Amino acid sequence: MRIGIVTFPGSLDDADAARAVRLAGGEAVPLWHGDESLHGVDAVVLPGGFSYGDYLRCGAIARFSPVMREVIRLAGPPEQATPGLPVLGICNGFQVLCESHLLPGALIRNDHRSFVCRDQRLRIDSVRTAWTRAYAAGEEIVVPLKNGEGGYVADTATLDRLEGSGRVVARYLEVNPNGSYRDIAGICNASGTVVGLMPHPEHAAEPLFGPDRDGRGGFDGTDGLRFFTSVLQGVLAA
Amino acid sequence: MTSDSISTYGGDLAAAVDPDGDETSRGRPAQRGTVDTVENAIAHPDVAQPWRELGLKEDEYHRVREILGRRPTSCELAMYSVMWSEHCSYKSSKVHLRQFGEQTTPQMGQRLLVGIGENAGVVDVGDGWAVTFKIESHNHPSYVEPYQGAATGVGGIVRDIMAMGARPIAVMDSLRFGALDHPDTRRVLPGVVAGIGGYGNCLGLPNIGGEVVFDPCYQGNPLVNALCVGKLRHDDIQRANASGEGNLVVMFGARTGGDGIGGASILASESFAEGGVAKRPSVQVGDPFQEKVLIECCLELFAARVLVGLQDFGAAGLSCALSELASNGDGGMLAHLDRVPLRDPSLRPEEILMSESQERMMAVVRPDDLATFLTVTTKWDVEATVVGEVTGTGRLVVLWHGETVVDVPPRTVAHEGPVYQRPFARPHGQDAIRSELPDRLARPVTGDELRATLVALAGSANLCSRAWITDQYDRYVQGNTALAQPDDAGVVRIDEKTGLGVALATDCNGRYCLLDPYVGAQLALAEAYRNVATVGATPLAVTDCLNFGSPEDPGVMWQFERAVSGLAEGCRALGIPVTGGNVSFYNQTGSVAIHPTPVVGVLGLLDDVTRRTPSGWREAGLALLLLGVTREELGGSEWAWVTHRHLGGRPPAVDLAAEQRLAAGLGEAARVGLLAAAHDLSEGGLAQTLVEGCLRYGMGASVDLRPLCARDGVSPFVALFAESTARVIVAVRPADEARVTDLFAAHGTVAVRLGTTGGAALEVAGEFSVPLPELQAVLAAPLPAAFGG
Repeated sequence: MRIGIVTFPGSLDDADAARAVRLAGGEAVPLWHGDESLHGVDAVVLPGGFSYGDYLRCGAIARFSPVMREVIRLAGPPEQATPGLPVLGICNGFQVLCESHLLPGALIRNDHRSFVCRDQRLRIDSVRTAWTRAYAAGEEIVVPLKNGEGGYVADTATLDRLEGSGRVVARYLEVNPNGSYRDIAGICNASGTVVGLMPHPEHAAEPLFGPDRDGRGGFDGTDGLRFFTSVLQGVLAA
Repeated sequence: MTSDSISTYGGDLAAAVDPDGDETSRGRPAQRGTVDTVENAIAHPDVAQPWRELGLKEDEYHRVREILGRRPTSCELAMYSVMWSEHCSYKSSKVHLRQFGEQTTPQMGQRLLVGIGENAGVVDVGDGWAVTFKIESHNHPSYVEPYQGAATGVGGIVRDIMAMGARPIAVMDSLRFGALDHPDTRRVLPGVVAGIGGYGNCLGLPNIGGEVVFDPCYQGNPLVNALCVGKLRHDDIQRANASGEGNLVVMFGARTGGDGIGGASILASESFAEGGVAKRPSVQVGDPFQEKVLIECCLELFAARVLVGLQDFGAAGLSCALSELASNGDGGMLAHLDRVPLRDPSLRPEEILMSESQERMMAVVRPDDLATFLTVTTKWDVEATVVGEVTGTGRLVVLWHGETVVDVPPRTVAHEGPVYQRPFARPHGQDAIRSELPDRLARPVTGDELRATLVALAGSANLCSRAWITDQYDRYVQGNTALAQPDDAGVVRIDEKTGLGVALATDCNGRYCLLDPYVGAQLALAEAYRNVATVGATPLAVTDCLNFGSPEDPGVMWQFERAVSGLAEGCRALGIPVTGGNVSFYNQTGSVAIHPTPVVGVLGLLDDVTRRTPSGWREAGLALLLLGVTREELGGSEWAWVTHRHLGGRPPAVDLAAEQRLAAGLGEAARVGLLAAAHDLSEGGLAQTLVEGCLRYGMGASVDLRPLCARDGVSPFVALFAESTARVIVAVRPADEARVTDLFAAHGTVAVRLGTTGGAALEVAGEFSVPLPELQAVLAAPLPAAFGG
């Protein structure tokens, strides 16, 4: 029920992630990059932004912060079967997870070289994760995407392994906005507790403040909220 | 002046004041001992000084000598020259800008917590909340170095908003470029857009709208006007003054480097000569991460109540911050220039005073609060250094390693600069342009011709989709964006508990302003006002960015005077005050100035942003009503320009009383939930409004122009393409149609039913039909075709 939201210097979507947690019915607990402890939270969100200015490489400096040492310890190795601390890395948070080796692969500059902000259609390909169990398998959702370095890349063997073990969590539909290999928008660790996602579900969690360009009628732009209700359900069940 | 002479002028100054004047001291890194002290200035009164190279006029230099009773030191000369530049002193515009204050009645000022003259105006929006907003230009740097020029334009206006004690909550930008198909536009535009995005996205500020206009008149003088809005509680308002003898003056944020030296006085005050791009090194370089950290650090400092005064570093850097803080305070100030943390230790004191390094702030802090202050800055890893203190001397004294290099009355630097009553005269060509009526132009008549005209306009440079640009900006961050482009105005929530929020729009049609600067300025005001009203907000206040050619040209000065009068009188008519803004002169190449471009930003209030009205219809079967009257007004129109490259005649008439009635009706209808959509009519007329309303959510419309044509006595062509003002199209549920018509009639606004929403095409009965996919493709194509992607 207590979800920690990490603020690094340069984090931007921390308040948005906290709002989404509250809208989902959880308690958002602010965590500072210098914290040595996670204060007993049940899960952690690494929000979007430009941690430490994203100098060097996106997420490369954040990975060495005191708070991440603890997140890495509690999340456990990526191939471990027993579930560790649930962690959702959104955008810059996804980059931090890859730099931390909690998830395989890397995120590189968009193939078209520009920052892109758009309402992105996704397909949820895995509902066996801590953050997607409230979705239906294959469900299509629209959430905002906004990144400059969101191209997901990994070697072929890694990509095959992720696909073969159901660890591709979400895929881009209609438009691949950043050149991600195999249209991958999000992946998870072996136990499904750690999820990295380039699009922003926290920006599609409150009616009238999310995407509205669906054009299919009756659309309130809250498709992203269930990432947060998912983890709360899991925490309650545990 | 070349970059070389800028980068070495410190050495020149040192040489110029070297009593021996020998060649060996020239061009060498100056030693501490060669600094020009006040003592030295008294001892050597007749040294020739490079005042002309620094942009001062001869009489201005003599006035400095008169004020000081001696020649200025090189540091003082640097300060006066940069602070007395057009950019910092408003010396040519001041006498006209007074009108904004004079036209503000006590009634209009009721909501103003801080008016013109501070970093930005502050407006009361109820529930103890206030909003501060301002628009500022960064035109010349953006031409020289598009990415950094635009990026630091955003950074500068955000710091202005922070300096008021506010949390910045959104940005917008109003851009003007040369012709879409000109090669240099391909250099400038992508850099400007990437710079605005690169900086703004990194700050976590949603970009909620603005404008992009292409016109050959901006080819050598693109305009980059950045707007920022911030929110604060009433008791959080900060002032830029240094009061309380013994209080400490603290610089915090980035270190001072050699960037932007002379930018304010030289880049922003002289039109480009041939080969002007050699000025590149004078443009500042931004670090948005540093600014984001500075924002959060400042917000914690506000909350800790440890600030007596706060000032941002903008144009003129430390010269401006020191002299303005001291000038606004009640005493004097003593500053140790050698304590300023430097990125480049070889900087001369003159350069430190003029450096425009970004992401710096200056605070006045009580000695007892310094420890708390430093706890906050340390938490955010922000460097903070005590550089001076408030004194009771009434003088601004600056020391360099213990020697006095500046000793001046601060008001003479910051607030009592020269004021010019520049001559102005109606340009000779004005009558000729006005008599070039659009009446003789060939007009489309048949349905096919009208269709072709609609499609041509929709795919033209100024009416096509801006998505290629706005998709590079984050509009979602902070989670409070209720509307962003392409809606009529951007809307952001201020208070999550109540839904209280603000709407913002910027507008200006330079062609209208060329034809008639007085009316053109009022048209810009009317459109921004209407845009804010169209989303359901109540217009409250105005900011402006006045972009003009050289004030030394009487014709330009006439345009300026007319535009300011039009805007000031228009604001009075609408009952909304100007709260602040910016003037940018010298937007001209050789003797050719840009069209007068007084960009107007209007701020509106919504009690609950979830009641905002979007600009397109998403359901079928809604009734489309046109509010307002259509006249044969085609002078300066998009139609005349796109199809005939014609610019002449009169702009559309302004009727501010009609705008007020329309706005009152729109606000009332939105509050009671009667409007499914509303979209204003402007460039491109009804045709373009219908196109945009259909494409917003991909829902078509069938309209019949005959009732409109019969009522207003106009042809289908005029109905579709005239740019008459005070018009808005609304989509309402059929059951509400009579109620809406009555509501607007009660406000004195006529309505006519145009048709209904639905289908996959825009159909005009008896004339033509265009499938939406075709329109979508036409609108989407031009910018990607020009800039790639």
